[in-house]
Formats: sequence, C-alpha cells, structure tokens
Amino acid sequence: MTSLKPSSTDVASSATDHAHQDHRMFGVATFLVADAMTFAGFFAAYLTFHAVNPLQPDAIYELELPLPILNTVLLLVSSATFHKAGQNLRKGANQVCRQWLMLTAVLGLAFLVSQMVEYFTLPFGLTDNLFASTFYALTGFHGLHVTLGALMILIVWWQCRTPAGRVTSENQFPLEAVELYWHFVDGIWVVLFLILYLI
Amino acid sequence: MTVSLTPQGEQHRPSLQPTGWLRYFSFSVDHKVIGLQYLVCGFLFYLIGGALAGAIRTELVSPMSDFMPRDVYNQVLTLHGTVMIFLWIVPVVNGAFGNYLIPFYVGARDMAFPRLNAVAFWLIPPAGLLLISSYFITGAAQSGWTAYPPLSTTTAASGQVIWILSVLLLGGSSIFGGINFIATVLKLRRPGLKLMQLPMYCWAMLGTSILVVLSTPVLAGTLILLSFDIVAHTGFFNPGLGGNVVVYQHLFWFYSHPAVYIMVLPAFGLVSEILPVHCRKPLFGYATMVYSIMAIVVLGLVVWAHHMFTSGTPPWMRLFFTIATAFIAVPTGIKFFNWLATLWGGRIALNSAVLFSCGFIINFVLGGITGVALAQVPFDVHVHDTYFVVAHFHYIVYGGTVFVIFASIYHWYPKVTGRMLNETLGRLHFLLTFIGFNLCFAPQHWLGLNGMPRRVAEYDPQFAFINQLSSAGALLMAISTLPFLWNVVDSAFRGEIAGDNPWNALTPEWLTSSPPPVENWEGEAPLVHEPYGYGVPIDQIDLAAASGSDLWSSGK
Ligand code: HEM
Ligand SMILES: [Cu+2]
Repeated sequence: MTSLKPSSTDVASSATDHAHQDHRMFGVATFLVADAMTFAGFFAAYLTFHAVNPLQPDAIYELELPLPILNTVLLLVSSATFHKAGQNLRKGANQVCRQWLMLTAVLGLAFLVSQMVEYFTLPFGLTDNLFASTFYALTGFHGLHVTLGALMILIVWWQCRTPAGRVTSENQFPLEAVELYWHFVDGIWVVLFLILYLI
Repeated sequence: MTVSLTPQGEQHRPSLQPTGWLRYFSFSVDHKVIGLQYLVCGFLFYLIGGALAGAIRTELVSPMSDFMPRDVYNQVLTLHGTVMIFLWIVPVVNGAFGNYLIPFYVGARDMAFPRLNAVAFWLIPPAGLLLISSYFITGAAQSGWTAYPPLSTTTAASGQVIWILSVLLLGGSSIFGGINFIATVLKLRRPGLKLMQLPMYCWAMLGTSILVVLSTPVLAGTLILLSFDIVAHTGFFNPGLGGNVVVYQHLFWFYSHPAVYIMVLPAFGLVSEILPVHCRKPLFGYATMVYSIMAIVVLGLVVWAHHMFTSGTPPWMRLFFTIATAFIAVPTGIKFFNWLATLWGGRIALNSAVLFSCGFIINFVLGGITGVALAQVPFDVHVHDTYFVVAHFHYIVYGGTVFVIFASIYHWYPKVTGRMLNETLGRLHFLLTFIGFNLCFAPQHWLGLNGMPRRVAEYDPQFAFINQLSSAGALLMAISTLPFLWNVVDSAFRGEIAGDNPWNALTPEWLTSSPPPVENWEGEAPLVHEPYGYGVPIDQIDLAAASGSDLWSSGK
C-alpha cells in the first residue's frame, strides 16, 4: 500500500519549515473518502431497494458468476502489479516500473472489455426493472472509475519514461496518487461484487 | 495531476499573478483574492435571490395568483431557494470567510492546495449562470430546492436537468473546498501552534468540511440517479416502475440535514471570533465550544429523517430520529449559553458588528426552539409543509447565518479594504434588517399553525392580512440593503483609514497591514497561543482604563 506520509524526500527539514511539506497525498485520501461516500449512497439505495421493493417474479435472475469472478481476479491482480510498479520506482528502476504499470493498465482494460461482454450477454436492459437499473448504475459508475484509472495509469506510464519524464524516485506523487486511487477502485469492486452478485 | 502547486513554486507565485483590480477576475491562487471573489460573487447572487424573494412576496400580497402564473411561481420559488442556499449562503460562509481567514488563523501563507482552491471558486459562476439561464431558455425547474420526485420527474424535464447539472457543479466546488479546509487546518498549522489554540472559526470550518466531504457526495449520487429517472426513464424513484420515492428522500436529507449545519456552523465560528473582540473578554468555554462543534458534526449525520415524519416513516424510526434531534439541541444550547456568557460583564462596544451578532443570537434561539418543536412527531404532522417550517428555517438561515455574514462584513471590512465602514449607516442597516426580518417571518409561524401550506401561489383569503404584513416586512428587508450597499461602496473610497488593527484584536489576521500583503505577513508568521487573551493584561490593551467603545475606536 501507498503510505500517506508526505512523498517529499526531505521530511527532516520539513519539520522546521511547514511550507515545504507536501500534503497532496492527504488531499487525495480525503477526496477518496468523498468518493467512497458516493458509492456508499448507491449501496444504501441498492440495499434498501433489495430489502423493501420486491421484484416481479419474471424480473428475478440468477446472475452468471464466471465472468464477474474473472473480473474480480483481474482487478485484484492489477492491484498487486501496481504495487510492484511503485516498489520499483522507489528503487529507481524506472524501466521495470513502466513494465509493471503497462501490465496494470492492460489488466484494467481487460476488466473493462470483460465487463462489456457481460453487459451484452445479460438478459436485461437498463430500464427493464429496478434491479436492472440499479445494476447498471452501480457497475457503470464503477466502470467509469476504472476507465479514468486506466487513463491515469497510462499517463503516469508516459511520465515515467527515462530520461525526460517527471515521475522519478524523487517525484513519486503522480504514481502514488494513482496507485491509491486504483486500490480504492479495486476495493469498491469487491464490495460491489459481494452485494450485487452474492446476496 | 493538478492537485496542487508544488511547494517550490510558492515563492514565485505572486509575480505570476496579475495585480490590481484585474486579479479579482483572474484565476488567482491567493487565498485572500479567492475569498473576496467568493464574497462578491455570492453577494451578487444574493441580490438575484432577493429579487426572486421579492417576486414571491409580491405574489402573496393577494390570495389569487395575479402577479404571475402558477407555474412561473413554482420556478421563481425553486430558483430562490437554490440560489440562496447553493450560491449565497454555502459559498459565502464557507468559501469567502474560510478562504480569507483560515490561512491567517493557522499561520500559513496560503491554503494547502491553492490551485484546487481557484478551481473550486471558478466552478461557481458558470454553475450559477447555468441555473439562472434555464429560466430564460427552457423554463426553470419547478420542484423546489428539494427536487422531490414525483414533482421533479413529472414537471418539465429540461429545467430540472439543468438544475441537477448546476447543483452537481456546485456540490463539486463545495467538496474541493472542504478537502482544502481539512488539509489546511490539520496539516498547514504553523509549527508550535496546537489544535486547541486555534481560533474557533478553524474548528467550525473543520467540522463543516467533514460534513461536506461525507455528505455532499451522497447528494451527487442521488441527483445522478434522479437524472436517470428523468432522462433515461429508469424507475429508481418511480413506484409505477417498481421504484421507491422515499429512498430519494432519505438520500436527499442525508445530505441536506448536514447541509443546514454546513450553512450555520461556520456562522457559529464567525460569531465566536467577533464577540470576544468587541466585548474585550475571552471566548467563554473554549473547550466546550470545540466539543459541541464535533458533537454537532456527529449527531448532524444521524437526524435526517426528522424531515420525513409524514413520509410513511415507521414508528421506530420516528422515535429514533426525534430523540437524536432532541440531543442535537444540547451542544447547540451549550454554544448559545457560551455566547451569552461571553457577552456577560463584557465591555461591549455596541457597533454594527456586535448588533448583528446579537441579532443572530436572538433569531437563532427562536429558530432553534421551533426546530426542537418540529422534531416532535405529534406536532410536526400538523405543521409539516406549512409556513411554520418556512418560518423556522428562515429564522435559522436568514436570522442566523445572514445576520452573521453582515456582522462579519462589518468586522473584517477594515482589514480587507484598509478603511472603516460608516457606523451610522451600519446601525441603520441593522435596525431595518432586524425589524424587516422579524416582521416578514414571525407572522409566518401563525400562518403555518393555522394551516397555510408552503409553496403555493394561491391561498385561503382569510390569510390575506397576515401575508400582507409579511410582505411589508420583506419590503423593509429589501430597503435595508440600500444603506448597506451605499456604505460598502462609498467607504471603500472615502471611509476613514482603519490602520492595521482598529479593534485591537489578537487573532493573527490583525497582526499585519490592512489590506494584508500577498504573503500575509512581512517576515515570520506570528504565533498566537491565546487568540482570545483579552482581559489578561497585555501591554497593547489597558483594560482597566478604557471602556469597550474607547478601545474599539482607539485605533483611529
Ligand atoms: C436546534 C436545531 C434544529 C432542529 C431541532 C431542527 C428541526 C427541524 C425539523 C424537525 C424540520 C422539519 C420540519 C418539517 O418539514 O416538517 C426542520 C426543517 C428545516 N430546518 Fe431545521 N432544525 C434545527 C436547526 C436548523 C438549522 C441550524 C438550519 C439551517 C441552518 C435548519 C434549516 C432547516 C430547513 C432548511 C428546513 C426545511 C427543509 C425543507 O423542507 O425545505 N434547521 N428543522
Ligand atoms: Cu434537519
């Protein structure tokens, strides 16, 4: 996991001059709390619908599990590969870091493709019934997060290039921020998977 | 990512920014400029919202809808509420004063994320213009600031969708601001400055920002679902399609009850700054103030369903939310008595800032009492959705927060402009506002108790006289704005020179020139351990020899 400590290397001197401390990771973490609350609202709505608004018998489906399980694995593995990328950046091994980043992005894109495949094979559409609408709203909103994340990973991948890139072992903030975001999005997926597919 | 300025860039910033008047129209990252941008922009929207209120009160002079058609009335009403809440109160008590003061209070030269700060402000003007333009383009939303379905899903879609878009932008702005305040208060404090030594407004903004970060995203999510219902014809909140309207209400009020504290907690903080200075006494009960702010934050998140007692809410839920709401009156009461105790025995300078602060205390306690009454189910089922509720929340939002905004303008104007406001005009402003406000809203309690529903353009003729009284009060409020406007414009050019510290105050924003330099202080930031150390003999202030008003005018 990414640490929330200031990513500025000069922590010792920052104790004497607070203006030189870097609080951006703190800001990112606070933003993710806010983002988590958006999902919390959606989850609360879904669970309430689930509990108090029974569906018509013809609107009850057994969701197929193989694809979503594959998706879960893809995202969990991508969290690990991102972690690897961060480790390598800290060691100063930019090239290796970029390979791990690219792998992470590919895993993210694979998730999106597989999600699309699932969408097109599901027997219901957005407006068919309450469950269908909530299903698409939740997975769609999460998918949007994955899409943004994958884009940001590619940007960081570009910024990690040697020698001209701005992301280096001295300036890790862009990578750390996206890494925290990516772990967050994966965590949200696990919750989503539990409540949408398993209960 | 453009989350913030790199710390190294800090020294170069001033030279990159335009100076003079131009900077107020620029993407400035100076917290003082941003604070003023929020304030002036908010005030312009206040004038618009006020004009809309004038239209409402004009319509209600007579029982028939003869001033405007009923659907236009609905639009005007919706715009009024939305403008006043999201474009005036929230941006001004949080964004304007927060940005101007918090960096001073924590001993910093700017907010934690200056560029994010500028982004947060610049989301507001386009969102506001978008909202208001909807009236002219397609007709504005008609479902009130609460946008309850099925009202919001059955009235004209275009206006409602623009409304949602605008509120989403404003919510985003508010969240960015909240993140910035939390980071600034927690992380940017000058070394040696402890949390429990911060001026109270920092605590108020910390609490408010926690509420913003936790609850505003829920509103955003809810409005996204609502827009799906409108645009894509899903049925989240449509029972006809298997959905559930009450879920909307729960989600909406999960944001909007905390939102009332987002509107009033900063005002609590500002009053706590103003009173000690002009009473020459320490703020009474500092620690209890801090704990009650935090208690309000926690409790504020679990009382939302007191807005839904008539929405088929099950008895256990009614019980829980009544009790939780009653509990929240405790920390609120503690703050009320602390202000009274701060005033007690003080050498009070009865200037405009203090008059408006005292007006706040009076109005707020009245609104608090009706609030506790409304939290009692047997009472609420009778007056829910009547003018009683309108009276209640205007006592809080206008009588409370807007009074504090004016008090704050009188208090900090000398710092911001370097000139004093005219006291006579200030007192006239207070008198007109206080009388106008009470004349406008006190009778609405009676209207509500006697059964006049809110949000209607036509009403039973028996209510005509009281409505006319109320409208007369509204007229007085409108007139009261004139001396104020004249005062702030005229004094900017011809007011007395204020000097650095006309009130002999101790908080750090006064320990620099007026207006302050870009870097806030020439040289080292002062370390203020006792922001309310009045009454302790400090060589700057000779308490034994002077009365409050001497001290207050001694800076001339
Ligand atoms: C002592 C604390 C307070 C209590 C116990 C309280 C209680 C209540 C209750 C029970 C209602 C619902 C009435 C109904 O719709 O039937 C209500 C409405 C309202 N309150 Fe308060 N309140 C308090 C403070 C505040 C504050 C501080 C604000 C704002 C700064 C505020 C703003 C509002 C608003 C805007 C509404 C009406 C919402 C609407 O339906 O449009 N209240 N209050
Ligand atoms: Cu409430």
